[in-house]
Amino acid sequence: MVSNRGEIMAIKDLPTDEYILKGHAACPGCPATIALRITLKALGKKTILIVPACCSAVIQALHPHTAFNVPTLNIAFEASAAAASGVAAALKMLEKKDVLPVVWAGDGGSYDIGLQALSGALERGTDFIYICYNNQMYSNTGIQRSGATPYGAWTTTTWTGKKERQKELAEIVMAHHIPYVATATIAYPEDLYEKMKKAKEMKGPRYIEILSPCPPGWRFDMSKTVEMSKLAVETGAWVLYEVINGELKFTGYSKRILEGKERKPIEEWLKMQGRFRHLKPEDIEEIKRQLDEKWEHYKKIYGGKE
Amino acid sequence: MKTAISIPTEGAMGKTGTWRVFHPVIDLDKCIKCWRCWIFCPDAAISRNEHPVIDYDYCKGCGICSNVCPVNAIEMRREEK
Repeated sequence: MVSNRGEIMAIKDLPTDEYILKGHAACPGCPATIALRITLKALGKKTILIVPACCSAVIQALHPHTAFNVPTLNIAFEASAAAASGVAAALKMLEKKDVLPVVWAGDGGSYDIGLQALSGALERGTDFIYICYNNQMYSNTGIQRSGATPYGAWTTTTWTGKKERQKELAEIVMAHHIPYVATATIAYPEDLYEKMKKAKEMKGPRYIEILSPCPPGWRFDMSKTVEMSKLAVETGAWVLYEVINGELKFTGYSKRILEGKERKPIEEWLKMQGRFRHLKPEDIEEIKRQLDEKWEHYKKIYGGKE
Repeated sequence: MKTAISIPTEGAMGKTGTWRVFHPVIDLDKCIKCWRCWIFCPDAAISRNEHPVIDYDYCKGCGICSNVCPVNAIEMRREEK
């Protein structure tokens, strides 16, 4: 990974600053805390986190203590982006130009419940970063289906497998013509760090989505969080890209796939997760068909035909 | 109306090390200091020093460090009661 300044980034070059304190309430092997640790290393202490109802609201642990060492505003499920608009307006009035409001919301609070507020804040051009850590379900309330749950996946409300396809929130966000949209995942910390740094240096609404494989929700061993995230990219189930002022660029392994590298078979990713255990061969065929369709679409974009 | 304010504290959920079933042990002779265990620890329980240092008061024993280590220098051992 090459940084903005043209140097090769390695894990050892990431800052040692720590804004997540030890002894928080996350499950063992939680991807959201890995993502948040790397995010805050990039954004620094002059950050105001806005956290709606999601796993991270619980991870902060119990009042009167918190495990987050940055100012954090907890807000209702649907209101995170609207609250960020309020915080941004207050910071403008106080002339605190170096402080950045950052929404840290799950996929439930972004794809479903918070979508209206998110769309409003993007359209108003609020100066903030919206980060959606996507674990493809409502993990915090006990694994219910969300708009981000993929086809065929088990949740407690789709116990024979979800029959509908997931939506692409990043593409909905892109339609708002905002300066920066990116997708990332925890298995590539340098990539995630660089994207956060890039977003921090820009103005206006910025959106970053991080795939976070959830061990209890996806039904896999808690030590395999990073592996699962890496496989999601290598099999093509998750795509890494960034959009700067409307120009889409694929990054990391996803770019290599478009340059001709073979995608790993999707079964490798599916068979590691208990939530796909019930799948019949025809369901897997359908998942493959959807995946091929998605990558055909990306190939056209990559080739400049769309 | 009074707003509820929480203060940043280490161990806000208590000593989470008690949740552990397996604990990681680093073989420092094998360690190549790539710091993958440090960056991927969800609990920030591995700190950067001369070599990686694990804080057993807060390590929840998830085993991610052992799994991401490229030289298999971290072994997971069952806790003894």
